[in-house]
Amino acid sequence: MAGAIVVIFLIIVAVLAPVLTKWFGHPIDEYHIDQIDPTFSTPIGKFGGISREFLFGVEPTSGRDVFSRILYGAQTSLSVAFLSALLSTFLGTIFGLAAGFLGGWVDAVISRVMDFLLAFPQLLFAIALVSVLPDSFLFFGDRWSRVFVLVGVIGFFGWPYIGRIVRGQTLSLREREFVEASRSMGARSGRILFKELLPNLAAPILVYATLIIPTNILTEAALSFLGVGIPPPNPSWGGMLSDAVTFYSIDPMYMIIPGGMIFITVLAFNLFGDGLRDALDPKAR
Amino acid sequence: MSIGATNARPFLEVKDLNVRFETDDGIVQAVTDSAFSVEAGKTLGIVGESGSGKSVTSLAVLGLHRTRSNAKVSGEIWLDDQELVGASDEQVRLLRGGKMAMIFQDPLSAMHPYFTVGSQIVEAYRVHHPGVNKKVARERAIDMLARVGIPQPERRFNDYAHQFSGGMRQRAMIAMALVNDPKLLIADEPTTALDVTVQAQILDLIRDLQEEFGSAVIMITHDLGVVAELADDVLVMYGGKVIEKGPALEVFRNPQHPYTWGLLGSMPRLDRDVRDRLNPVKGSPPSLINLPSGCAFHPRCPYAGRNGNRSFTDVPVLHGDVHKVACHLPQEARTEIFQQEVLPNL
Ligand SMILES: Nc1ncnc2c1ncn2[C@@H]1O[C@H](COP(=O)(O)OP(=O)(O)OP(=O)(O)O)[C@@H](O)[C@H]1O
Ligand code: SF4
Ligand SMILES: [Mg+2]
Repeated sequence: MAGAIVVIFLIIVAVLAPVLTKWFGHPIDEYHIDQIDPTFSTPIGKFGGISREFLFGVEPTSGRDVFSRILYGAQTSLSVAFLSALLSTFLGTIFGLAAGFLGGWVDAVISRVMDFLLAFPQLLFAIALVSVLPDSFLFFGDRWSRVFVLVGVIGFFGWPYIGRIVRGQTLSLREREFVEASRSMGARSGRILFKELLPNLAAPILVYATLIIPTNILTEAALSFLGVGIPPPNPSWGGMLSDAVTFYSIDPMYMIIPGGMIFITVLAFNLFGDGLRDALDPKAR
Repeated sequence: MSIGATNARPFLEVKDLNVRFETDDGIVQAVTDSAFSVEAGKTLGIVGESGSGKSVTSLAVLGLHRTRSNAKVSGEIWLDDQELVGASDEQVRLLRGGKMAMIFQDPLSAMHPYFTVGSQIVEAYRVHHPGVNKKVARERAIDMLARVGIPQPERRFNDYAHQFSGGMRQRAMIAMALVNDPKLLIADEPTTALDVTVQAQILDLIRDLQEEFGSAVIMITHDLGVVAELADDVLVMYGGKVIEKGPALEVFRNPQHPYTWGLLGSMPRLDRDVRDRLNPVKGSPPSLINLPSGCAFHPRCPYAGRNGNRSFTDVPVLHGDVHKVACHLPQEARTEIFQQEVLPNL
């Protein structure tokens, strides 16, 4: 329940980021050198420069508003996490259903592919891929171009988690008597798949889709931390953490804020997912 | 099809039916060399203890093992002069629910939990009547619900399976199975999940409907009483094999196989303990992965070895004219044992 409230709050904040920064913050790229101590490059104010003017303090060296950058960071972080969860769920459902329902060699091939992907070094692949792709394509700026690349990579490597669940559930569901009975009346496979099996799979799919969101948030943060996520100067939580490494002994607040945001977000989504599972799956209770 | 043929095939004829499943533990030989036939308007009873292959046999007739990648079905199944084992998936699908239909043991788990009973019957009808509009199909479904004795069918049409009582649910299942006038109806223990009083009503209903529609019926059951009441012919299965078969009256009056004697001993009688009824023959069912050598029944048969050691080494073949049995004991010995040792204790 607490998880759900925090999740909803975070989503609202991310959506309203442009408005909230206009009211309570400053533009994300605006430098505030007057807030910075020229000798140490750290914020002049206490606790990373937290004040009524700068709610979460300012960035060392540049003096950019941390509050605004956290909000925009939430936007990218959640977009990447949601969209890649959507992609994983879509692929996982299709392949899991096919493997469980068709069985035989289809199942063998899909299962091997899933094992392979689960063992694949996803981070290394992402680093390699990002370094060869253009920074921006079509009419998207570098921020959204990279968001789509990350969604593609994270979503693609995430589908086997959903795929395995869906496959297992399909295997046990298709042996259920109502499926056999429906077949015994001449129902077509398509109908059995989409009308008999899928509605029964909706709950577990929803639960596991929710539970991969926090994993995706962490992956996105890790990639941005490593410099292959959202490209600077666009704000991202992982990127801020990475910048904070240089300053953590003199300006710990600059590390605590994005770190704390990642922690709270991941925790909230996990609690939310667990709660959803308990509510939807009577067996897990 | 065979117009004017004098000795046409029976409506359903099964020959050399073998069903095996490949599992991690080995190959399960669930049905071995089974053969039987049912004429239109007649009832075949299949009896045998749990795991003897009754359901696997009926699912094979309906072609429902086709979707299991570990199942292998061989032999011939002729339904109304059409061979089914070699037919395409689509051909068999069109027969399922149309020319042949099945009533399941537990209607609660055989009905979809998320759809109303009525909509499931409508769907079953429309699969086989593609041109029919929803309204006509709905009327047909309500008509069927009324015909199987469900009160207020227009109202019950919109209920879910769990809102029905056990007996009403089985009636609804029967309505669904019969919605396309099947010429072969397979009832797999249709009354096992029901109260005793309701059981009799359901059996009456099946009999009445059979008379009305002239269908062939296969009645699968543990309960010999049911077979005695309804069946024209009986098939007794043990360990996936047919060990005795013949006209029901004949098999009841003059049972030939020691396993059948054991089953007869379990017929419900007031002076008998319920526990003995549930475990009619002492000992446990054979493993279908590793069948006992010789006669599969020998570990549990009190007469094994009475006729030399063939029971332990040779598989007995099903023999006889109309009433067939698979046992090494000579006919006279069987008659004598039955008259002197078995009958007095029944
Ligand atoms: N899909 C399957 N895979 C492997 N083994 C199976 C499969 N289906 C059935 N069997 C095995 O085949 C044997 C016969 O099963 P079947 O369901 O026909 O028994 P039955 O005579 O109907 O028993 P019951 O009276 O309990 O319904 C059992 O040992 C069962 O374990
Ligand atoms: S063949 Fe032997 S073991 Fe088998 S039923 Fe007959 S007497 Fe018993
Ligand atoms: Mg059965």
